[in-house]
Amino acid sequence: MPTTVPAFGNEAADRLASMADVTASDAALRRFLHGLPGVDAVGLQARAATLGTRSIKTTAKANAIDLAISMIDLTTLEGADTPGKVRALCAKGVNPDPTDRSVPKVAAICVYPDMVATAKEALGDSGVNVASVATAFPAGRAALPVKLADTRDAVEAGADEIDMVIDRGAFLCGRYLEVFEEIKAVKEACRRADGTAAHLKVIFETGELQTYDNVRRASWLAMLAGGDFIKTSTGKVAVNATPPVTLLMLEAVRDFRDAVGVQVGVKPAGGIRTTKDAIKYLVMVNETLGDEWLTADWFRFGASSLLNDLLMQRHKLSTGRYSGPDYVTVD
Amino acid sequence: MTANDRLSVFKTYKLFVGGKFPRSESGRVYEVTDAKGTWLANAPLSSRKDARDAVVAARKAFAGWSAATAYNRGQILYRIAEMLEGRRDQFVTEVAAGEGLSKAKATAQVDAAVDRWVWYAGWSDKVAQIAGSANPVAGPFFNLSTPEPTGVVTVLAPQESSFLGLVSVIAPAIVTGNTVVVVASEKSPLPALSLGEVLATSDLPGGVVNVLSGRTAEIAAPLAAHQDVNAIDLTGAGADLAKDLETAAADNLKRVVRPSVTDWLADPGTGRMLSFLETKTVWHPIGV
Amino acid sequence: MKNTVFEYAPAPESRAIVDIAPSYGLFIDGEFADASDGKVFKTVSPSSEEVLSEVAQASTEDVDRAVRAARRAFEAWSALPGSERAKYLFRIARIIQERSRELAVLESLDNGKPIRESRDADLPLVAAHFFYYAGWADKLPYAGFGSNPRPLGVAGQVIPWNFPLLMLAWKIAPALAAGNTVVLKPAETTPLSALFFADICRQAGLPKGVVNIITGDGSTGAALVGHEGIDKVAFTGSTEVGKAIARTVAGTDKKVTLELGGKAANIVFDDAPIDQAVEGIVNGIFFNQGHVCCAGSRLLVQESVADEVLESLKRRMSTLRVGDPLDKNTDIGAINSAEQLARIRELADAGEAEGAERWAPSCELPDSGFWFRPTVFTGVTQAHRIAREEVFGPVLSVLTFRTPAEAVEKANNTPYGLSAGIWTEKGSRILWMADQLRAGIVWANTFNKFDPASPFGGYKESGYGREGGRHGLEAYLASNPKASEK
Repeated sequence: MPTTVPAFGNEAADRLASMADVTASDAALRRFLHGLPGVDAVGLQARAATLGTRSIKTTAKANAIDLAISMIDLTTLEGADTPGKVRALCAKGVNPDPTDRSVPKVAAICVYPDMVATAKEALGDSGVNVASVATAFPAGRAALPVKLADTRDAVEAGADEIDMVIDRGAFLCGRYLEVFEEIKAVKEACRRADGTAAHLKVIFETGELQTYDNVRRASWLAMLAGGDFIKTSTGKVAVNATPPVTLLMLEAVRDFRDAVGVQVGVKPAGGIRTTKDAIKYLVMVNETLGDEWLTADWFRFGASSLLNDLLMQRHKLSTGRYSGPDYVTVD
Repeated sequence: MTANDRLSVFKTYKLFVGGKFPRSESGRVYEVTDAKGTWLANAPLSSRKDARDAVVAARKAFAGWSAATAYNRGQILYRIAEMLEGRRDQFVTEVAAGEGLSKAKATAQVDAAVDRWVWYAGWSDKVAQIAGSANPVAGPFFNLSTPEPTGVVTVLAPQESSFLGLVSVIAPAIVTGNTVVVVASEKSPLPALSLGEVLATSDLPGGVVNVLSGRTAEIAAPLAAHQDVNAIDLTGAGADLAKDLETAAADNLKRVVRPSVTDWLADPGTGRMLSFLETKTVWHPIGV
Repeated sequence: MKNTVFEYAPAPESRAIVDIAPSYGLFIDGEFADASDGKVFKTVSPSSEEVLSEVAQASTEDVDRAVRAARRAFEAWSALPGSERAKYLFRIARIIQERSRELAVLESLDNGKPIRESRDADLPLVAAHFFYYAGWADKLPYAGFGSNPRPLGVAGQVIPWNFPLLMLAWKIAPALAAGNTVVLKPAETTPLSALFFADICRQAGLPKGVVNIITGDGSTGAALVGHEGIDKVAFTGSTEVGKAIARTVAGTDKKVTLELGGKAANIVFDDAPIDQAVEGIVNGIFFNQGHVCCAGSRLLVQESVADEVLESLKRRMSTLRVGDPLDKNTDIGAINSAEQLARIRELADAGEAEGAERWAPSCELPDSGFWFRPTVFTGVTQAHRIAREEVFGPVLSVLTFRTPAEAVEKANNTPYGLSAGIWTEKGSRILWMADQLRAGIVWANTFNKFDPASPFGGYKESGYGREGGRHGLEAYLASNPKASEK
């Protein structure tokens, strides 16, 4: 097993280059992706469900809640977003509970590209990142130059992280190399003039990929193309992050690191609203990947309402009383 | 000596093992008489080694016979009935002599035996449909139970009904894909030995049915204890012998059919077929 | 893989929900009574060695009394309309559901199995089994065993300690549905859930004598099986005892079903869904501490993926949580008894002595109680004892194969024939393999799945007869077609 380097580090490119033969042509890439082990849907779902029965209590729960808060990409992706709304969200992300300074900050604020500058300014040197969706989010139905321009705009406006969407149409048609090249191009567009780069999260929209086999193939495709994170969903379709899909992606980053020596992060997004849900995801990370992924560098929750539920549960644990929505801030 | 007084040619009765007609390894025979004690023939007196050879032959035949399509097995059983029909007179003579029956009664026995082959032949591709099941389990799983042959079956043929009874215990075992070692009626083994000649010319693969004659208790003991025999039908054993054999059969947990009073002319039901079937249940997830 | 960031705090299920009496008598004719000679034995919790209760050791006289009670009850019970018997069984099923938390905790205490399994596997299946057979009670003429199938009479049933209440359900539900009455003997080390079941019979208003529970050791079981007054023997347990029972009933009219040991092959091909296969391997051998007759105790892995599968398996085994059965996060509980632990140790030591390579994850084991780490042996051949003998513990033997034919040959190379597993994404290969394997249950791309509608039972020395499904009724009916019952 090769030593591990982070996907966003400079050494990752060399590691990926060692896999160049599998991405040399559409045919080679197809052969490789279709040669990955299949996924038995029922078995995968059963494993995720079993992990979901873990009982996380007392100190473990308190730790998990703080860990989950620190992993949130606190998100607003609405047509009605305004600078005021974004600034309020940033304040919340930096200081989730005004009555309790011991609550950790969230990992990032996730917005549309045109709100990046506002968010960047509001967050200042808080240490909370700005993540921006890009590449004609959420459908991704635009020409490549438009997607790249979208990405560059966000990076130039100060985005620390870019959440791109893949071309699901191309993927479902089997045009894997096209998807691969597009991710590579977006990764390139994440580069800043100073040689640093925004971290790239690649969104599959697993609800549209439909099958678990597709999710495993998409995971490897995105990692081979240089994605720093793989992310389930946009939050804009009927089926978003689910425990089995996330478990499968956790297995994919584990296997990818074993094979290539590059560590990639995972971000389930959409539909994770409760502390109970969040803890189930952390249990999956813990038992599939362990400590090395249990930080905001390698695991994120794409969520908005989750934060308040975590805060209410935190109140409950510290006071022994059940909290209510009036005791957490709406934004 | 007139033409009508022609001296007949006797048949040498031989065992039927692995599709061949060996004499007993013991080199011994015993005298078979009719109901009045008149000599009919000498039958081979099978030894433990004959029993062992028969099991080897039956085991060797099992893979192919059990894997044959049900349609194919049905065709072969029906062919056996056709061949029997052609040798009806011979069997009537043997049954009448051996069992002390009138020609009419012996004929009724033989006719019923032929019909029984036909009846069982038709079961080959139906028994799985009555003995199997699709099971609605509480989960996303395909779940199907199907019957499979148990393996090598030792059959102690009924002592009294030397042909109809014989057929009625062999056919249900082999139609589902088992192979058998059958121990013929001790007193009236000739129809069983002649049946071997029919089976040899009926497309039945060698070893599917192996016929031994001799002392039932002597031959049955090693068969009941044999570790490569999967089941034993004790129909032709008396109560004491049956108990000893059942006890011996427990050593490798053979499936046992105990002796019982049976009207061989009655509808046999599916019991004998089901006794030598295993149920295999296969699960598979249903998912995309 | 390290797991220090997110340590799970203890999450014990409360044992306050169970009220275990200091002593229990025999449940005969609807009443609890001491053994005729006053003998008792202790039942301990295998995870702590704490004495849970004292139960009566039934004597030959007690066995006789129980059989006679069952005989007296038989006439009325078998004469009840099936629809009435059905309602009793439905009642029992419902009460089991209502009391399932209590029974799950009890089962984990007395048996040592993790609460996650007693709660999520045993108890739901117990209730489901009663529901399933309840529905058969008034539909017996449609079961395919003749137009007027009759009960056999009194069933003597002897069950093992690995799934105490579930095995009770497998025995009692079809027996009662078919109109038989029963005398059941639970295993010596796990008598409590059966005694609680006696209380459920009381709550359900079941007529006295229909179910009799007698506790005791092997001698009690032998007395029951050999009793002249029973018509049917149903046994689940070791092949050795199964053979003894088959000898005991030789020459009698008693109908017998035996669910015995196994040495199942779990066969993993190179095109398997590897992650699910690894889960299936783990579930196959470590479910219930490996105290499972159908456990996938021989892993046959295609040589081309053997290293990959083994590495994944070891990684996965490192996450197994061994310890307090009542902790909701425990994956592997206690070995059921000191005797069984000794047997597992002996075979594992033999594995090492015969040259197989032993590996187990490092995990702390409690100080008291009976424990054995989940263990895998590599470099095993068919000749090794651990590849041939049933360990009945969390010990996996790994063998390799090159071709499907070799896999079949090795899988079938055992006197047992209870179950088998196949892992491949190729459909036609699954069906070919399933056809070739001489085993009563074949799990393809899954393992250790159970359902009341699904027949369960083995080929060869794994026993005869089926439990579960329509097939399971046959064991309790004197139906016209069987030659031996005419």
